[in-house]
Amino acid sequence: MKVLVPVKRVVDYNVKVRVKSDNTGVDIANVKMSMNPFCEIAVEEAVRLKEKGIATEIVAVSAGVAQCQETLRNAMAIGADRGILIETDAELQPLAVAKLLKAVVEREQPRLVILGKQAIDDDANQTGQMLAALLGWGQATFASKVEIDGGVARVTCEVDGGLETVLVNLPAIVTTDLRLNEPRYATLPNIMKAKKKPLETVKPVDLGVDVTPRLTVLRVEEPPKRQGGIKVPDVATLIEKLRNEAKVI
Amino acid sequence: MRCLVIAEHDNQSLKAATLNVVSAAAAIGGEIHVLVAGENAAGAAQAAASVAGVAKVLHADGPAHAHRLPENAAAQVVANAAGYTHILAPATAYGKALAPRVAALLDVAQVSDILKVVDADTFVRPIYAGNAYATVKSSDGVKVITVRGTAFAAAATTGGSATIETVAAVADTGTTRFVSAEIVKSERPELTAARIVVTGGRGLGSGENYQKIIIPLADKLGAAIGASRAAVDAGYVPNDYQVGQTGKIVAPDLYVAVGVSGAIQHLAGMKDSKVIVAINKDPDAPIFSVADYGLVADLFEAVPELTAKL
Repeated sequence: MKVLVPVKRVVDYNVKVRVKSDNTGVDIANVKMSMNPFCEIAVEEAVRLKEKGIATEIVAVSAGVAQCQETLRNAMAIGADRGILIETDAELQPLAVAKLLKAVVEREQPRLVILGKQAIDDDANQTGQMLAALLGWGQATFASKVEIDGGVARVTCEVDGGLETVLVNLPAIVTTDLRLNEPRYATLPNIMKAKKKPLETVKPVDLGVDVTPRLTVLRVEEPPKRQGGIKVPDVATLIEKLRNEAKVI
Repeated sequence: MRCLVIAEHDNQSLKAATLNVVSAAAAIGGEIHVLVAGENAAGAAQAAASVAGVAKVLHADGPAHAHRLPENAAAQVVANAAGYTHILAPATAYGKALAPRVAALLDVAQVSDILKVVDADTFVRPIYAGNAYATVKSSDGVKVITVRGTAFAAAATTGGSATIETVAAVADTGTTRFVSAEIVKSERPELTAARIVVTGGRGLGSGENYQKIIIPLADKLGAAIGASRAAVDAGYVPNDYQVGQTGKIVAPDLYVAVGVSGAIQHLAGMKDSKVIVAINKDPDAPIFSVADYGLVADLFEAVPELTAKL
C-alpha cells in the first residue's frame, strides 16, 4: 500500500518569532526553518507502517518555495522513498494546499494520507480535513494510535475529555497528534542516502490548481502583554489576597 | 447577514462551548440560527431554542448523527447551508474536525480559532502559538469560522424562544464507523468551563505527587485540574489534562499554577485567566511574569499548607 505524507517547512519550533515593526507579518528572514513537528510525526508513522510490512512505498510531498526540498530530503532521511515538490513562491493557504494535494493524490493513488494535525506557523488545523472533504474520503483526526487491518484503519483519536476510536475505510486521511509516536533522528548514513532518492518538482499550474488566497492578512501584532502582579511572602498572605483583594475564593 | 451556529451537544444538552459561539455570532450581527444534528436530540434542540439571541433551531435527527462523525455532520451542514453568510463552530476537537470539511465542500476558506470579530468579514486570530495576532479579512461569500470559547462570553441559556424546524437528516456517508469512546467521567467541572483551575507542572516530579499535591487542593477549591505539556510528556497525567496552545485553552476566574515554569506554549493556553496564582521555587520562572500573585516557595510545603488553611 502506498502512503502519501505531506510535509510543511515552517519556522523551527525553538525560534521565538518577532512581529515586524510595520505589522505586515512576522520576521522570518534569517531564522532557522525546519519540518513542522506534527509532519515529522506523520513521516515517522508512515515509516513504522513500512517497517511492519503494511506500507510498501512512502511518498513525501511539500508545497512552497524551492527550499522545501530540504524538508523533503529530511522526510526521506527519516525513511520516505521519494519526494514531490509543488514549487511556488505564492502564498499558500490551507484550501489551496488541499487542492494541490488532491491533484497529487489522484495521480499517485495512495491508500492512506497521513498529515500533521496543524502547522505551528499559521496554527490553522485545516488541511487534512479539507483534503478528506475534497476527495470524499473518511478522516481520523488528532490520532494517537493507528492500526491498519486490510481495507480499514482503526484509529484512536484525541477528543475533549478522552479518546475516541473509529474505523475508517481506506483510502483515508489521518492527522497526527503529539502522542502518536516519537520521531526518530535521521542518521548520517540515512541523510546521505536521502540525497540520492528521487525528488520531482511540479508547479501548481501543472496540477491545474488556482492557489489564489481567500484570506487577506490586514495586520499582525504582538498579543496584549499581561502585567505581572506581586510576590507574596507566604501562604497566609496569598489566601488573604485571594479572599479580600481578588475576591475569587 | 445570517449566522448558522453548529451546536456541540450530547443529544440532551448543549456543550458549554456552543454558548460562546452564539456570542461570537451575535458580534457578527444578523439573525442567529443553530443547527442541532444528533440522534434523539430533541433535548439539545430545546436547549438551543432557549438560548438568548437564537431565532431558529434547525434540528436534524437520524442515525447518521448518533456519534457526531464529522463526515456526516459536514454533509448535514452543507445540505442546510443555503442562505447563511456565516457558519460557526466551536474550536473544540469536534468543531476543528468538522469546520474545515464544511469549508472545503463549500469551496471557501476557513478562519480558525477567532478571538475577536472586527466586522462581518474581518477577524482576529492567533498564529505562532499565540505569539502574534493576525487580523484577517475573508473575500469568500460564506465565512466558515471556528471560535475560541474563552474569547467570547457565554450566551445566556434562557431568554430565547426560537422556533424549532425539523430538517431531513442526511444519510450516513459510510466512510467511517464509531467504535468506542473512553471519556473520563468525573465529578469535577470540565477544564474549559471551570471557574477555578489548578494545574500541575514538571516541578511535581511524578504522577504520584500530582495525585498527592494537586488533587487535594483542587478538591478544596472545587476546581478542575490541568497540567503543563511537560507534565503530560513526563507521563504524570493523560493528554486531555494539557493546558496550552497544543492542549486546552482556558480562562477561569482563578488559575493556580503549581510547579509550572511557564513555557510560552503554556502561557498561550491560560494567560486570559482573570486571576493567576503561581507557586514555584524558582524566582526567575517565566510564570511569575504573568501571575497576579506569585509565591516563591517549595510546592511540597506551600501547597499542603494552602490546602489546609483554605
